[in-house]
Amino acid sequence: MKNTMDNQPKYINPYLGGVLLGLLIIVTVFITGRGLGASGAIKSSVVTTANTISPESTKENAYMGQFVSDDHSPMYTWLVFESLGVFLGGLLSGIIFGRVKKFRTDHGPKITSRKRLIFALIGGALFGIGSQFGRGCTSGAALSGSATFALGGVIVMFSIFGTGYILAYFFRKLWI
Amino acid sequence: MGPLIPNGIIGGGWDFVIAILLGVAFGFILEASGFSSSRNITGVFYGYNFVVLRVFFTALIVAMVGLMYFDYFGWLDLSKIFILPTYVTPMIFGGVVMGLGFILGGFCPGTSFTAIAIGKLDALLFTIGLYIGIFIFSLGYPLIEGFYNSGNLGNVTLTDVTGIPAAWFALVFTVVALAAFWGTMIIEKRVRKNMKEYKF
Repeated sequence: MKNTMDNQPKYINPYLGGVLLGLLIIVTVFITGRGLGASGAIKSSVVTTANTISPESTKENAYMGQFVSDDHSPMYTWLVFESLGVFLGGLLSGIIFGRVKKFRTDHGPKITSRKRLIFALIGGALFGIGSQFGRGCTSGAALSGSATFALGGVIVMFSIFGTGYILAYFFRKLWI
Repeated sequence: MGPLIPNGIIGGGWDFVIAILLGVAFGFILEASGFSSSRNITGVFYGYNFVVLRVFFTALIVAMVGLMYFDYFGWLDLSKIFILPTYVTPMIFGGVVMGLGFILGGFCPGTSFTAIAIGKLDALLFTIGLYIGIFIFSLGYPLIEGFYNSGNLGNVTLTDVTGIPAAWFALVFTVVALAAFWGTMIIEKRVRKNMKEYKF
């Protein structure tokens, strides 16, 4: 028994994790007046790339143009620094709990690593597109939005998880 | 008193230092809770691991109730915080597309950053996908601009729309979450019993 316990990944209690995350949202709103986010940082890097390749067409693009400023780079935004922190925080936790290892791919028992990587890429692309329509992702819209009682946050939360449950059956071979 | 930065109590120069520190705490909690594993995360859709539901709902209850107390005690002026704008149909559409991306990709943006940090290549591909997806959206924006901006209700809260005080939403949400914690605990035990292999 002891042996199998040692083989389990050492994660903190999920309710403790939830309380800590809830407190973090309160602190974040208290200090900054807004919640946590993640997809915004990728958007900034997309705008930065486009702006480097072709500054004029980026400014003309009605979407990307609104994130370009003459004063500073599109990377100089709150969410980019916060996301850098997310990476560092993940690394710190990984080091403490002994999960930082050489590069590897997680996948369900019925698929290959290669298939997993292809689906991860497609899933990421869809998540990227959806997060723009949703005005944020799971962190910014669903979690922080709902926590501040924003109607849009609740809509995004139910749409993401509702769709997940409706579609789960069709993609079960990827995971179980 | 709060929010501190919008009210000028903390100067603008500290913005990015605070951003990194809050981000570190966020990433640490996500990774320590097990969100750096896609198989861990997708368990919520297959019944073998409800860690996502537990962390997410607990965080929501704590944040909802906490923010209301902060407002009640006068520490935080909730009318001064950012309320996500509501665009009904684009947000439902976006949520559905994200839901599909979630099932196919196994991550969401924040969790993928923490998974890259500990060496997961699937998370790296997911993040590259995010980048490509947002690029496609930006290039296609002229075609979808009308839909993207449709159904705008402004920066409204549940209370603005329904007239029901926020405290009632917090209460209902807490009751639903507690029922979900109990129900999913039973489901998880049953599903795991039937699984030959349960590894992350």
